[in-house]
Amino acid sequence: MASTIRVRATSSGETTEVQALIQHPMDSGFVKDAKGEVIPPHFIQELTFEHDGKRVFVADWGAAVSKDPYVKFSFKGGKKGDDLKISWVDNKGATDTATAKIQ
Amino acid sequence: MTIVHDGFSATRRVILKGAGAVALVGLGNIPFSLAPAFAAANDKYPEDAFKAKSEADAIKSLYGKTAEPSDKVKLDAPEIAENGAVVPISVSTTLADVTSIAFLVSENPNALAASYKIPAGTMPSVANRLKMAKTSNVIAIVEAGGKLYSATKEVKVTVGGCGG
Repeated sequence: MASTIRVRATSSGETTEVQALIQHPMDSGFVKDAKGEVIPPHFIQELTFEHDGKRVFVADWGAAVSKDPYVKFSFKGGKKGDDLKISWVDNKGATDTATAKIQ
Repeated sequence: MTIVHDGFSATRRVILKGAGAVALVGLGNIPFSLAPAFAAANDKYPEDAFKAKSEADAIKSLYGKTAEPSDKVKLDAPEIAENGAVVPISVSTTLADVTSIAFLVSENPNALAASYKIPAGTMPSVANRLKMAKTSNVIAIVEAGGKLYSATKEVKVTVGGCGG
């Protein structure tokens, strides 16, 4: 299965900027489908970024995060060629993981 | 009679031993149920905070304290969001020792939208995209040096983000 995670991590000087875009419906549980039935909540709850074995950023998300969620942050450290590990878990217990190289 | 006497003592001892064992097992259970509570303070997904309706309740559940407005928290959000389903919102701050950043949308069914853990070495700035049900205040909370600071901005929403 292709990964749901797209990441761009670029380091410049001491800082690494990370942008991530994840494919996920992020259904809030408030929307009804064409038949008038409520689409149950289905959204990423926790998204974790790790560099060098250390968590550099953790996102705790609710259903109000937009579909195909995007997030951007920066951290000190990280250089070209380093691995950045990204993983998420949603409210149904599904998960995905990806590793990106810092450019 | 002797046998009965012994039987009673033995039974009493067995019962007491059993009760003691159960009591000890009971004590053993306490750390297990407390541990998640402590872990919740640091590591667990803040389920209750996301279930809170009002922003005051969500902040209380997430942080256990109240925030003071600060001009050191720069909240970036559009004046008008054409699409309430995707509103780009970001925050940055010059405050030191930031450990957490959170975003709330007052008029959403559940005020807390997202919360971020900022470990040492990570910059205190986050950009994300949130759903807004209707025109509402967006609040950014920054936890720095153990205290909470906030910035608020009203975002007008023309098409609500909860589905037409």
